Amino acid sequence: MKLAYWMYAGPAHISTLRIASSFRNVHAIMHAPLGDDHFNVMRSMLERERDFTPVTTSVVDRHVLACGSREKVVNNISQKEDLQNFVDRASSYSESDVILADVNHYRINELQAADKTLEQIVRYYLDKARREGFLNRSLTDDPSANIIGISTPGFHNQHDCRELKRLPSEPGISINQIIPEGEFLKNLKDLSRAWFNIVPYREMSLMAANFLEKEYGMPHILTTPIGILNTADFIAQISKIVNLWSFSLIEKKVNYDLYVENQTKFVSQATWFSKSIDCQNLAGKEAAVSGDATHAAAITKILVREMGIRVSCSGTYCKHDADWFNEQVQGLCDETIITEDHTEIGDTIARIEPSAIFGTQMERHIGKRLDIPCGVISSPVHIQNFPLGYRPFLGYEGTNQISDLIYNSFNLGMEDHLLDVFGGHDTKEENIKSLSTEKNNIHWSYDVESELKKIPGFVRGKIKKNTEVFAKQNNISTITVDVMYAAKEKLSS
Amino acid sequence: MKNFEIPAFECETGNYHTFCPISCVAWLYQKIEDSFFLVIGTKTCGYFLQNALGVMIFAEPRYAMAELEEGDISAQLNDHEELKKICLQIKNDRNPSVIIWIGTCTTEIIKMDLEGIAPKLEKQIGIPIIVARANGLDYAFTQGEDTVLAAMAHRCPEYKNSELRQEPTNKIDNSSQIKINNSSNNNFISERIELPKSKLVLFGSLPSSVASQLNLELKRQSILVLGWLPSQRYNELPSLGEGIYVCGVNPFLSRTATTLMRRRKCQLIGSPFPIGPDGTRAWIEKICSVFNKTPVGLNERENQIWKAVQDYTRIIKGKSVFFMGDNLLEISLARFLIRCGMVVYEIGIPYMDKRYQAAELLFLQQTCKKMNTPLPRIVEKPDNYSQVQRMHELKPHLAITGMAHANPLEARNINTKWSVEFTFAQIHGFSNVQDILELVTRPLRCRSGIMSDFQSLSKQTNKMNSI
Repeated sequence: MKLAYWMYAGPAHISTLRIASSFRNVHAIMHAPLGDDHFNVMRSMLERERDFTPVTTSVVDRHVLACGSREKVVNNISQKEDLQNFVDRASSYSESDVILADVNHYRINELQAADKTLEQIVRYYLDKARREGFLNRSLTDDPSANIIGISTPGFHNQHDCRELKRLPSEPGISINQIIPEGEFLKNLKDLSRAWFNIVPYREMSLMAANFLEKEYGMPHILTTPIGILNTADFIAQISKIVNLWSFSLIEKKVNYDLYVENQTKFVSQATWFSKSIDCQNLAGKEAAVSGDATHAAAITKILVREMGIRVSCSGTYCKHDADWFNEQVQGLCDETIITEDHTEIGDTIARIEPSAIFGTQMERHIGKRLDIPCGVISSPVHIQNFPLGYRPFLGYEGTNQISDLIYNSFNLGMEDHLLDVFGGHDTKEENIKSLSTEKNNIHWSYDVESELKKIPGFVRGKIKKNTEVFAKQNNISTITVDVMYAAKEKLSS
Repeated sequence: MKNFEIPAFECETGNYHTFCPISCVAWLYQKIEDSFFLVIGTKTCGYFLQNALGVMIFAEPRYAMAELEEGDISAQLNDHEELKKICLQIKNDRNPSVIIWIGTCTTEIIKMDLEGIAPKLEKQIGIPIIVARANGLDYAFTQGEDTVLAAMAHRCPEYKNSELRQEPTNKIDNSSQIKINNSSNNNFISERIELPKSKLVLFGSLPSSVASQLNLELKRQSILVLGWLPSQRYNELPSLGEGIYVCGVNPFLSRTATTLMRRRKCQLIGSPFPIGPDGTRAWIEKICSVFNKTPVGLNERENQIWKAVQDYTRIIKGKSVFFMGDNLLEISLARFLIRCGMVVYEIGIPYMDKRYQAAELLFLQQTCKKMNTPLPRIVEKPDNYSQVQRMHELKPHLAITGMAHANPLEARNINTKWSVEFTFAQIHGFSNVQDILELVTRPLRCRSGIMSDFQSLSKQTNKMNSI
């Protein structure tokens, strides 16, 4: 047993639901007690989803527990026979495909479980197609790629996906499939037709990509195109892979160097920004970074190599990926911290006292407590991370967004500092419109003062004012508890 | 016992959405200021509470998870030792007056003997430990509070008749002294009534200001409340015992009521709940009748409130509403809305204790008769899928539903109101009637012009008509 206050990654079954509800026409049935389907609430509210979340709870209560739940689960499945199903216990009564989600709740967290589940599904459908003889092994005529790992409700996933579609399309690469978000399971048999796979978030899709490489010889690009340097590297890798086949299939070699150069210098504003003088002012400032492995490593690289900012400490909560992470940020930061314990991270940040923090929602609150500005760069997700506007982290548009985020985080901190130093905060005397300075001297009795204290601070002033207005209207000079509540009833808020 | 017609109850599959009962921690730890809540469960529980508490989790609330690991489940570790370690840590960090252990589904399934370990540990660490089982196998959402209060009821001190509390007399005038304030330009008389405290304990967790409002209403009828369960501080729990009357303020507290009656030998006052002016009046009337007091000015008070909220009731009169059901407040809310002039098609409700809610049910029937509207259909353990189908047929003006369905229903052009807001808004008493109506009328009021021409904002329904 351990005492826990906050966790970065959710429990394993959440990821099964994430993957299931990302695929099209998949309905998940959770055989669970009341309340375990709060995933529905999260997805509906965070993604502002317009359709019902395809997860139903087949409620387990004590009765069901006592006499075995098979019948109940089967009944629920047959009710929803039109849709594909996903149950966690095999049932031979169903005509639909059944997969046992092989995830151990106590050993792996949300991200690892998502990875495993996706791999399982891909493996199942490809194996099935191969067995039944309708696996299409021919490559697409034009270069194409799959994007593996976009799911709901992922951190800026929808925006990243748009950018990932755009990025290879300009050099002439089409997208074969995007899984799991929005894909039909029956289309998975065509997965291996693509020339290569794109894996933007290694936490969520590495296993599936490895499987496709081993079994079907599909290469994958592990570099996440976050930041100018990584994106250029990403495109370079694409051109290498495409050139393996291009001569025989499309009879020419491809070269994307000009494309990359154009994007880097003129389309993305980030390179120019890093040369501009206000970015130069940021050089040498200290930052702390924390988050999931992909984003934390990428942001560290951007800060150090593209903007000249010092990263005192870089960390991740993805303990299982510690080796890769350490390798990525080696030489880029003073210390690394690999932990799931937010108090350790909080203490480290408090010790270092950076000018800005780049982390998760938890670090944002640590920043508030320590009065250090923080930009959010990683899941766990919050409604803030589902903006209506287009805000990718990947690709060339992503470099613009990230530059904005970094710059604003440092800048706002600077502003406050300057105002403090020069006493620049608004010093005008507040115009206190108080009725108690008028003729009718309104007196608040002692017991109602203590009642007033029970009211939360942000409405207290308003209620006090309302009550005084009411008292004045009714010629009352002493306010008692009675009067306060009567005022509430009479006056509209 | 009066033989009244019970409205028809139906029961569906129970595949509905509501929150896990451990969510009660979110408001109870704020109510009981010197408490610490320890939820003994798995990552699933912790993750849910983290999301439920939202931003509060960052404020270092008096709550933590004792996260069960593989070793605990496979009985390799000693539960007693593990819990002792954790409770000592809590004592050192926070030093609460009471630690409340919340049992979850996992502790049920592995049959962890929390009730056996707690008393021993209590002696060892010197802090009272209360065990409440709030798991989704047995309970729904607000019933979590029910189990915690039922467990707490055992810790209330024993009421002794010989204490310095006089018996309430019939005539107020003899035993009270009324001082009228000297600046007598006011219509309100400030009373300093020195009444003996009535033997009345109210139970249910309400924000302090609302509890004070209710106390004040009763005080106006010369009934001074002895105490509340839960009290603001654990050390201020009211005395219970034979001769004490108890009355609940929320409809989901049936277990607490039973515990108070059977184990603590109190007398339960069965009344409708003080939600809405009609409910508050009926509640006060019932309490007055038990204490042999004639209610003073109640009807005027109620009518005053109805007049004050006319603007709101005008908006909802004649409109229809459908309750999908998740927080067990549905019957009282429905009754209030019917009184306001709405038509209620269906009330979904997780669980209905027909005896504890008997007075409320009767009141519902009477209200329907008075307003000349049909009795709504009451469905226990609803099936959300079937409900959505019914809603598409019935096309209610307003659906009161949980957050899992609110957005999709809005996209299908059905106005919704989050049901959870009723759990956290102040809805009890005379003074808060406007608050309830604000919530109910908001979706009906703020319809902008853009959407009126579209039937549905969902691509799913534009392609096929089934969902």
